[in-house]
Amino acid sequence: MARAPLFLARQGYRRRRLADMARLLPLFGLWVFLLPLLDADDGLDAALLIYLFSAWFILIAASALLARRLCADAQTGDAEGPRSR
Amino acid sequence: MISFDLLVAICLVYVIFLFGVAFWAERRAARGQGGWLRSPAIYTLSLSVYCTAWTFYGAVGYAARSGLEFVTIYLGPTLILVGWWWTLRKLVRIAKTQRITSIADLVSSRYGKSNMLGVIVTLIAVVGTTPYIALQLQSVTLSFAVFAPDGVGPWRPTDLDSAALTVAVGLALFTVLFGTRNLDANERHHGVVTAIAVEAVVKLVALLAVGIFVVWGIAGGASAVLERIDTSGLSEMPILPGRWMALTFLAAAAILTLPRMFQVLVVENEDERHLATASWAFPAYLFLMSLFVVPIAVVGLAEMPAGSNPDLFVLTLPMAHGREGLATLAFLGGFSSATSMVIVAAIALSTMVSNHIVMPLFLHLTRSGATISGDVRKLVLRARRVSIGAVLFLGYLYYRLTGGSEALAAIGLISFAGVAQVLPALLGAVLWRGATRTGAITGLVAGFVVWAYTLFLPSFGEGAVMGARLLAEGPWGIGWLRPQALFGMAGLDPLVHAVVFSMAANVLVFVLVSLFDFPSPMERLQGAQFVNVFEHSTAAQGWSQGRAEAEDLLLMAQRILGAEDAQSLFQRAAVAQGLQGYLPEITPEFLQSLERILAGSVGAATAHAMVGQIVGRSSVSVEDLMRVADETAQMMEYSSQLEAKSEELARTARQLREANEKLTELSVQKDAFLSQISHELRTPMTSIRAFSEILMTGADLSSGEFRNYSRIIHEESLRLTRLLDDLLDLSVLENGQVTLNAQPVMLHDLIERAVVATARLQGGQGLMIHRDPEAERVELVTDGDRLSQVFINLISNAQKYCDAGAPELTIRVCRTDSAVAIDFIDNGSGIPQKSQAIIFEKFARLSDPRSAGGAGLGLAICREIMVRLGGSIVYLSAQGGAAFRLTLPLSLAEAA
Repeated sequence: MARAPLFLARQGYRRRRLADMARLLPLFGLWVFLLPLLDADDGLDAALLIYLFSAWFILIAASALLARRLCADAQTGDAEGPRSR
Repeated sequence: MISFDLLVAICLVYVIFLFGVAFWAERRAARGQGGWLRSPAIYTLSLSVYCTAWTFYGAVGYAARSGLEFVTIYLGPTLILVGWWWTLRKLVRIAKTQRITSIADLVSSRYGKSNMLGVIVTLIAVVGTTPYIALQLQSVTLSFAVFAPDGVGPWRPTDLDSAALTVAVGLALFTVLFGTRNLDANERHHGVVTAIAVEAVVKLVALLAVGIFVVWGIAGGASAVLERIDTSGLSEMPILPGRWMALTFLAAAAILTLPRMFQVLVVENEDERHLATASWAFPAYLFLMSLFVVPIAVVGLAEMPAGSNPDLFVLTLPMAHGREGLATLAFLGGFSSATSMVIVAAIALSTMVSNHIVMPLFLHLTRSGATISGDVRKLVLRARRVSIGAVLFLGYLYYRLTGGSEALAAIGLISFAGVAQVLPALLGAVLWRGATRTGAITGLVAGFVVWAYTLFLPSFGEGAVMGARLLAEGPWGIGWLRPQALFGMAGLDPLVHAVVFSMAANVLVFVLVSLFDFPSPMERLQGAQFVNVFEHSTAAQGWSQGRAEAEDLLLMAQRILGAEDAQSLFQRAAVAQGLQGYLPEITPEFLQSLERILAGSVGAATAHAMVGQIVGRSSVSVEDLMRVADETAQMMEYSSQLEAKSEELARTARQLREANEKLTELSVQKDAFLSQISHELRTPMTSIRAFSEILMTGADLSSGEFRNYSRIIHEESLRLTRLLDDLLDLSVLENGQVTLNAQPVMLHDLIERAVVATARLQGGQGLMIHRDPEAERVELVTDGDRLSQVFINLISNAQKYCDAGAPELTIRVCRTDSAVAIDFIDNGSGIPQKSQAIIFEKFARLSDPRSAGGAGLGLAICREIMVRLGGSIVYLSAQGGAAFRLTLPLSLAEAA
């Protein structure tokens, strides 16, 4: 019975860490989105709005980069033929 | 102002355009040309059914009423999409391998294909979605009303109702046309999805256009808007931490559990990689949709007359500034938002209703079996069409009953909290193998009841369902059971209160019951397949060997899949099994795959029940599970056995190779020996012949010569006899024909005899023998003659072959309890390593045969004798010369 190997070559190792990053990203997002609660007494002002939307944008950008890398890796890893994108 | 008739006309044209798009997409997909229809962009855009009219109009109103809180509705889904690697990926994979048709199907399939669960989830979905559909109808009619001149012409409140009805009927028509075209959920709804993607673009463009107009056209730039925000009434609306967290959680739960979201996110997914794109593109869509919400709200509050409905700022702001084109675009955006939501929700709900309520009822009523004639497909499709109509009618009814009075956002949140009750069962389904059917059912019911009691029923207002007294004092005056203040927690926001208590009850009951419950084999089988979907995407066996008739199955499959598809499916299966015709062998594998395919049309539970009716047994037994586990164990055992076998084989091969080498060497030696023995025999024969001829012919020989020649003949014939004796001796020993004469002897006497005999033979020249008479005092019971023959052989070997200048032989005796070891060690150069293996073989002789005069049989005879005596003879390496060890039992009887 084939067991998963305990240690991986560099490429496989990278791919796993990439998946780790993909798992951690929503936790980071949660932290970022809950942060305004710590100073919740103030009402809505421009600074808060700018903070929230910037954080949101960064999260989206990080997710985009990560998704691209994960997809590329999955394609080369599975050897499913040439990349479609 | 744009005329109302023109607006209606534009609206109609837009609807016709959408019909056209859907029709065109279906055609292309049917012809297999729809490459880009399956692109990640279309998939991402189709997810925008999340953004309903509630988002389009309601978000601005929400912002105007409670500040930044509206944004949580988008932050929750963002977190889920960004975290697609956790759950969504798994859900999509499971849905693909199990042919899941809806969220109710997923839950029911996971928990042992339990239809009870399917029914519960369906009911929750219907209850949760109906208000939402009403909300969409309300927003469309409200937006129509904006364009209607007050009190002029035919436009009155009653007409609002008829407008809502018209919209509902139109939507039902569209949904029936494109949503129930095909039955197999795997052939996805390309027409609907494409139309929704178009609508997604329209609403995004419309909202962005209004936002840009408001920021740069009215407020005068981005910095001016920011200034306005700081000074507006919104700056006095602080974030409420409780609501913020509860709403983020609800929105995150909703994206997973809303039937329409599950439909577009999981069921309509073509390719797992599309999810990767959507993981950032859909949050980006949400980001853009909410980017201008606060500016529009702030500017609207400032510009519009007091008391105007903030839910409609998106429409009224452009209109107030005379931008009727923009207002029309905004109207179309709102219209798109409402219609796309209703269409997908209706499809998702109708699938659930027909698969989990209508079909089981049908199967139950026609108990005679699934084999009766008639096309079930028609029934299923009709059930779906009727369900679509019913769902929309329910929505319309709800709209009429509530009178469209409430703020849009409140209804949306109540819905969210309702469908979020499915979340624990859903997450348990894909993450926890210990989750059981009973746990899921009780958890769902508990959560749903608490939700209805604390949020849904009170939302109708005091006196509608719950009396004012009940709300204020609790049932029968029990204060801590007050619907909106359970356990006396009156200070909480009603929504937060309901979410906290309903989810707590749900999760607690679900987990506790699951922990103490024991699942059925089917649940365990499905649980393992769901939770470990990435480890084994191939199916474990769900059917034991059935006694189903292939014909019955074909009959049933035809009625669900259609005659052509079913026949080709059966034919393929038959061909795969190497059979002719349409009827394959009914193997468990075939049943499994057939059930999967049927599940794509009628849901897992119904498909399972239908196959079960024909097979006559509807579930796996514990024995089957054990068998599966056993097979795995056997495979592991077998593979380890194989490993051991191959090692053994390698070992044997090595031994064979060694034996072969030995054989080759022996064969060479044999050839050498044959030539040598013929030579050996020939030499004495030649001299015997020659001298006997002389004796025969020559009369004039002196008596000395005569004696001499006779002696030579005698000696030569003795030599021949000796050689032949040796050969005979060996042959007798090897054949086991020898009889041993065992009697008590003293080892010392035997060695002494051998030494004397060899000294006489050789004339006592040279060899110095070291002995230890004390150690030699060992009494043996053995054949003394044979043993001394071995000694003589070894001593004479030393005499012959020891190449030292002053040859010496050491005889060492060492005694143990039951055996004695006798070593013969000389001081010559010994025997080379490579020859040690063959010296005991017959005919083996290492040095030049002429020099020794033996036939190479001595050691072979020794070995045979020692074996007969129950002992052994081995060559000892590294003793400083040739060394042989004899091992012998003290008594021959002991060895035997």
